[in-house]
Amino acid sequence: MPGAIYAEGLVKTFGDVRALDGVDLDVPEGTVLGLLGPNGAGKTTTVRCLTTLLRPDSGRAVVAGLDVLRQPNEVRRSIGLSGQFAAVDEYLTGRENLQMVGQLYQMRARAAKVRAVELLEQFNLTDAADRPAKTYSGGMRRRLDLAAALVVSPPVMFMDEPTTGLDPRNRQMLWEVIKELVSGGTTLLLTTQYLEEADHLAHEIAVVDQGRVIARGTSDELKARTGGERVEVVVHDREHIPTASEVLRGFGKGDTTVEEHTRRLTVPVSGGAKLLAEVIRELDARGIEIDDIGLRRPTLDDVFLSLTGHMAESTDPDGGPGADARGRKPKTKEEAQ
Amino acid sequence: MSAVTDRTPTALPGNALSQSVRDSLVVAKRNLIRMSRIPEMVIFGLIQPIMFVVLFSYVFGGSMRVGGSADPSVYRNFLMAGIFAQTVTFATASSGAGIADDMHKGLIDRFRSLPMARGAVLTGRTFADLVQTALTVLVLAVVALLVGWRVGSNGDTNALRVLAAFGLLLLLGYAFTWIGALIGLSVRTPEAATSGGLIWLFPVTFISNAFVDTSNMTPWLRHIAEWNPFSATAQACRVLFANPGASTSSAWPMQHPVWASLLYSALIIVIFRTLAVRKYRSATA
Repeated sequence: MPGAIYAEGLVKTFGDVRALDGVDLDVPEGTVLGLLGPNGAGKTTTVRCLTTLLRPDSGRAVVAGLDVLRQPNEVRRSIGLSGQFAAVDEYLTGRENLQMVGQLYQMRARAAKVRAVELLEQFNLTDAADRPAKTYSGGMRRRLDLAAALVVSPPVMFMDEPTTGLDPRNRQMLWEVIKELVSGGTTLLLTTQYLEEADHLAHEIAVVDQGRVIARGTSDELKARTGGERVEVVVHDREHIPTASEVLRGFGKGDTTVEEHTRRLTVPVSGGAKLLAEVIRELDARGIEIDDIGLRRPTLDDVFLSLTGHMAESTDPDGGPGADARGRKPKTKEEAQ
Repeated sequence: MSAVTDRTPTALPGNALSQSVRDSLVVAKRNLIRMSRIPEMVIFGLIQPIMFVVLFSYVFGGSMRVGGSADPSVYRNFLMAGIFAQTVTFATASSGAGIADDMHKGLIDRFRSLPMARGAVLTGRTFADLVQTALTVLVLAVVALLVGWRVGSNGDTNALRVLAAFGLLLLLGYAFTWIGALIGLSVRTPEAATSGGLIWLFPVTFISNAFVDTSNMTPWLRHIAEWNPFSATAQACRVLFANPGASTSSAWPMQHPVWASLLYSALIIVIFRTLAVRKYRSATA
């Protein structure tokens, strides 16, 4: 029995560019899958295929038990989509936007009106309900966009980079909304470039690069795959580096790396916080003054780097690896961000 | 949070056609609200045809010869059908720009992810543009009356015939908004849709009987002008308004302008609606 979102061998090419190169996904009902990857990895294209916006060249997809290619209209009744840039009509008020979307989900005008009031309340937009969306802040627009995706409380939700470009406060706020949504039983597929976001919201993470899922697992599983935890020490005095190195060798599970200019020593360990305390005591006993010490667990950044050989955040959309495998058609360059 | 609430009981019943009409009206309402909140767009849309009336009437009016008469008032009465027809076709640009803007802002994606009727986004837009066109034509008619345009200036007509003429004009305008819809879906920016919706309109509206008597054109140009769909509507209006300058050409559209106008408009709608809806279904922002 496939999950609420299931995809098998999705392939999509735009001209010479193979945007999707055989994507497989399986998201159990009521869980969150984080689709993680840099710009152009194929995240948006995957979402567009699953939400009936784009027809894959080959492959199969089932959403909420419905075949995406054969029953697109039925699929549309069961999904909510919140896009990368807030797709609301900026000249309509928040209320008008939600009513319109409700009616286009085939609700009666009266029901759509009632639902709009509920959603405005829930998303803290009641005060701004009768102002054109043009006057909203970025965070308010995202909330309105998300509210629009939830008009019929669809069992399956897709969010394409829901917090891209938001400030930390608004991001936090949106995370809370998303968590609440998921606790109500909604299945969610979320794309993000923010490793922290996937870590925070997703039950399972699929790492995407160049149109393929290159790794999947829980955040902890992915981190474990990158290698375990490490102790990182910054000594105060450069002359203490050899002694500190000797101490760390005694506790370590592998080679100690030393960065002379930052006076930083790193060694892989196992044993967690307890071990860290022992390391501190030993360094202290040898009279080594330390500026900083910590137990470092691998971040998803490390995961990404070790999986792909390049960093997740390729900030230059034209330069980074995979830049030629952009999820969208290359013609909308400015929207590829 | 009621994420699992089943809302299907509120869903509307009905067949595909009634859903299509309903969805189109929802989208049309949205576009009309938009237009009402950007009044400057509507106002610019009104100024342009008024400017044409004034410029052509007074600048060209004195030197134009229509049906053998050099009287400026004859030209003014001849001119108006042409200006009306040109004005309704300018709706192409606003329709195209509106749809390109929706594409650009991701709204088309939103609509395409909703369980709504296929052509409703475009149909709704063309309905809204039709309302705007009707408003423009109304204002233009008032201005025309002010500069001396009179129906029945060259024969007899009646209210029904005059209304029929306006009906043909609105139908032509509606047909052209579907060309605009296709352009809007095919270009990358709203700006491109505006210019792309206008440039080709100049040869279409000028190589016609709209502003000059085609009998003075070189033969090959005259043929194009006489078979131009746009000329058929202008000619039909002159006949129905009983204004001077109705062509004496033997070309079929000039002999049966009302039928030709209806036929051309219907043909344009069928062709461009089909193309636009197909394009919409695969549209990607």
